[in-house]
Amino acid sequence: MEIFFQQVVSGLATGGIYASLALALVMIYQATDVVNFAQGEMAMFSTYLAWQMLQFGWPYWMTFLVTVSVAFVLGLVIERVVIRPVENAPILSIVIVTLGLLVILNSVAGWIWTYIQKPFPSPFPAKPIHLGAVYVGSHDIGEISVMLVMLLLLFLFFRFTPLGLAMRAAAQNPVSSRLAGISVSRMLMLGWGLAAAFGAVAGLMVAPIVTLEPNMMGGIQLYAFAAATLGGFTSPGGAVLGGFLVGVVENLVGTYVKFIGTELKLTVALAIIIIVLLVRPSGLFGRAVVRRV
Amino acid sequence: MAAARFAIPAAVVLALVLPLLVSNFRLFQFTQVFIYAIALLGLNILTGFNGQISLGHGAFYAVGAYTGAIMMDRWSVPYGWTIPVGGLICLVVGFLFGIPALRLEGLYLALATFALALAVPQILKYFEHWTGGSQGIVLSKPPAPFGLPLSEDQWLYLVTLAVLIVMFVLARNLLAGRIGRALVAIRDNPLAAEAMGVNKALYKSLAFGVSAAYTGVAGALSAVAIAFVAPDSFNVFLSISFLTGSVIGGLATISGAIWGALFIQFVPNWAQAISKAAPWAIFGLFLIIFMYVMPFGIAGGLRLLWNRLTRRRS
Repeated sequence: MEIFFQQVVSGLATGGIYASLALALVMIYQATDVVNFAQGEMAMFSTYLAWQMLQFGWPYWMTFLVTVSVAFVLGLVIERVVIRPVENAPILSIVIVTLGLLVILNSVAGWIWTYIQKPFPSPFPAKPIHLGAVYVGSHDIGEISVMLVMLLLLFLFFRFTPLGLAMRAAAQNPVSSRLAGISVSRMLMLGWGLAAAFGAVAGLMVAPIVTLEPNMMGGIQLYAFAAATLGGFTSPGGAVLGGFLVGVVENLVGTYVKFIGTELKLTVALAIIIIVLLVRPSGLFGRAVVRRV
Repeated sequence: MAAARFAIPAAVVLALVLPLLVSNFRLFQFTQVFIYAIALLGLNILTGFNGQISLGHGAFYAVGAYTGAIMMDRWSVPYGWTIPVGGLICLVVGFLFGIPALRLEGLYLALATFALALAVPQILKYFEHWTGGSQGIVLSKPPAPFGLPLSEDQWLYLVTLAVLIVMFVLARNLLAGRIGRALVAIRDNPLAAEAMGVNKALYKSLAFGVSAAYTGVAGALSAVAIAFVAPDSFNVFLSISFLTGSVIGGLATISGAIWGALFIQFVPNWAQAISKAAPWAIFGLFLIIFMYVMPFGIAGGLRLLWNRLTRRRS
């Protein structure tokens, strides 16, 4: 039983990472109907920037803030320069463009910082914390808290600020929003910026666990896809819950289903994606998209 | 097309005299180009002609390659048989994968196939008993038969060229006829196609199967030509480079597969001179630029150029 709780807790910890990356994916999907295949690589790139700042000797939390702001701006720029020209193109073109972005970011990071794994510091103390019979790493606790705070901030932003309202409106009904005086394209840019900033936080939180290298987000992005699919690409709350669920499932399956273990981790994500898409394509909390033909 | 009447025989003649002109190593690279071209043609049937996005064709390439490698290594089957068998197995696997894929449109299909591409190396390593785990399987290159005075690379080059020509003729006949029109109709307007009596489910899974079969044939050929298979060569970047090749060569064109294959074979070689990471940066850059300025790829661009030139002359 102890092992079970232990695995659930560490599942929640990794789930927090999946949740935030999934949320970033969903934010972009809702605003622009684009699944951003480069989301993970954008996070990886920002994490490298943070690593560089730490090398310069900047204090951690200052690095954190600067990285998140830089990622935000990077997101804005990418939307404006790379995505805008294909905004109304067929899905295939958009998928290809974001894939192009994926390989560019991946290889440029490898180019600048090499493919050698780099340790990345955690801002939290190394001592594990006792919770009853369960040991929890303080990085896990800290990371879950950071993610929850970010989620709360995001919720408050979208729910209670005029700008958040405008962004939601632009995502839901671009034409009416434009008539109401909202600059839809600016809102889309902002959406990409926020998603990139969110991804950067996820990258900073996951790097101490998986160590920093250009391919570190590959598997994580796949799990984030699984999370977003499970929760529903149209439901931010669902994606977050999906992230935690997928994290827990991944850990429990790895522990208890012997023939899977950790060797078939990515296959579990593949199975989750395919099963959800077949059984309930809109995800647990998403709404089915009705189209007029 | 008038251009094709001269271009195709010229290309075949050029391909036939090439072994006399270049070194074995260059020739091996061209063998690789032909193999990629077959795979790209397969992907193009699915993505270009039928409009189903696959980011996971590396998986079918892997199935073809491992089928071939296991047959040759375990049961000492002559390499000639591995090619059709690799294709057939992929036809079945692709058709079966195509059935659930029917329910996935656009982005979701891209997602599912992307997940497949990411998971392939792990799956290959898992079935260690068959696949040799991360060590892979080492084979030996077949010598030229009947005592022909050819090196192994020259012989493999000719075999690959022959397979390539057969596959291209088959694809051309398939796509120019009734089936090809049905595939394009489903891509352009699925509702109207169904209203015209096209069996959408059948044709879409069929496209998946045929596409996978082409890629499987290419995979089996690659196992013969490289004489080595290992899980990590079938990673997600292989799938992305297939997609890159078919986009840059030209989606929904047959000749585009050749241009795309030349691109993904030779551009990384040149780019490697700049930096280890440069090939992928250049792939990415080309992907994005082509989407903006040349959405029909090199083949589409050439066709446009040809049309413009001939119009001016007449």
